[in-house]
Amino acid sequence: MKLRALQFAVLAALILLWHVFTKPGLIPNFYFEQDNRAAFFFGEPAKVFWVIVEWFTSFEIFEHLWVTLLETMLGFVIGSVFGLAIGLWLALSDTASAVMEPYIKGLNSMPRVVLAPIFAVWFGLGIWSKVALGVTLVFFVVFFNVYQGVREVSPTLLANARMLGASPRQLLRSIYLPSAMSWVFASLHNAVGLAFVGAVVGEYLGSAKGVGYLILQAEGTFDINTVFAGIIVLTAFALVLDALVGVVERRLMTWQPKAGETEKV
Amino acid sequence: MAASAPALALDDITCRFAARDGGEAYTAVANTTLRVAAGEFVSVVGPTGCGKSTLLNVAAGLLEPSSGTVAVFGEPLIAASGVNRRAGYMFQADALMPWRTGIDNVVAGLEFRGVPRREALEQAEGWLRRVGLAGFGDRYPHQMSGGMRKRLALAQTLILSPDILLMDEPFSALDVQTRQLMENELLALWAENRKSVLFITHDLEEAIALSDRVVVLSAGPATRPIGDFRIDLPRPRDVSEIRMTPAFLALHKEIWGAMKEEVLKAYQRQKAA
Repeated sequence: MKLRALQFAVLAALILLWHVFTKPGLIPNFYFEQDNRAAFFFGEPAKVFWVIVEWFTSFEIFEHLWVTLLETMLGFVIGSVFGLAIGLWLALSDTASAVMEPYIKGLNSMPRVVLAPIFAVWFGLGIWSKVALGVTLVFFVVFFNVYQGVREVSPTLLANARMLGASPRQLLRSIYLPSAMSWVFASLHNAVGLAFVGAVVGEYLGSAKGVGYLILQAEGTFDINTVFAGIIVLTAFALVLDALVGVVERRLMTWQPKAGETEKV
Repeated sequence: MAASAPALALDDITCRFAARDGGEAYTAVANTTLRVAAGEFVSVVGPTGCGKSTLLNVAAGLLEPSSGTVAVFGEPLIAASGVNRRAGYMFQADALMPWRTGIDNVVAGLEFRGVPRREALEQAEGWLRRVGLAGFGDRYPHQMSGGMRKRLALAQTLILSPDILLMDEPFSALDVQTRQLMENELLALWAENRKSVLFITHDLEEAIALSDRVVVLSAGPATRPIGDFRIDLPRPRDVSEIRMTPAFLALHKEIWGAMKEEVLKAYQRQKAA
């Protein structure tokens, strides 16, 4: 409780600072020559707040939020499924992984955001070009984690399961998959964040809907308050998504030890 | 013929491992012949790093020997075509599935064999009770102590009632008191229906207290048996009490005499390396 209060205090202090430095005429100019320049470059928290209120009361934002979230979700799910499938395949097949290794490395080190214009050409300006960008970002995070997870399955665990009579198929189901899943969940927070990045960057480069589109529009008219409002709404929803992942993670990973866990009598 | 064949027969086993940096191959085990009769409890002792576990992995069918043959109740065992189906293996390290609860770990073997879940759970409950873990079935391994995890592993292995039990220093990670308790429990379970046991340990006292026979291995590389001692101490035994008897001490002295030089050799080699 005290922690929460302190966290809010930090937020309040930041907003207050922002307000004091940008409100025209509140303090003497020390950098800009004109009174309203600070507000022009950095926006004003009060105005940003009213933009957000206006968005939500007029329901204008929901259409755009929905599109962005849909792109995020699709990018996340498709990327994760591909990452899981291909990660399992390459980790279990030595030949395949040896053949594919340089390509995987190359694709991973490529700055994949540059693919956005190509995707826009391929998939148009609708949601699918953004989903594609999200998929390329999410895929590698999940892929590498699954690959690592399968490769690092304890040999003792494998030998034990084999001695207990597990067939290769049962090994996959009972040992490799659960072991890989713990690595996947470790990467989920990252993956959701990247899917979000894919969606917003895609929108920013060309779209007709979405929060990224709102920001792009506002920037075109130097409406810095609306840009900040868009950023704040995005941040809030990124936090919500992250919390959702946290809930799912806690549900599915009950078997993992937590540090200093004791039982209440 | 099959009736009189030993439960486990390792014949002239040699295991060479290719060196990682292209150097000379390392010979872990050389020309080892070892037999375990049906219902016999055999311990293998030797200095650390002498290839005891290698030998056990060969017996389990997890590792193909470079040369030599393995026969299980008279039938040849070929590692490439599968593990030793008549053996249960208790590992030195933790081998429980951390994402399964205690009881789900115990039913794993039955599950792999396609036993219906209800029947498997019933058997597993029985085994949990026998190893003293009744009521702990819904705990995850990380919520158990080291001794409890070992008992769980024992139940996991024994539920399949293997004809041969392979044990690789199963109790070495436990403290002395827990360890003696576990050894007594193992002897009690073993006495119920005598399986063949191949027990690997570096602890000579443990080996004498548990076994019918103790085989001493030489220091590595190229480990081979250098002594084979029959332990004719009366059963049932209590491992903590039997250690005080004169017969035990005499056996200990005799076997230690054979082992001492090898242990020192292994120590010198490790120090030099």
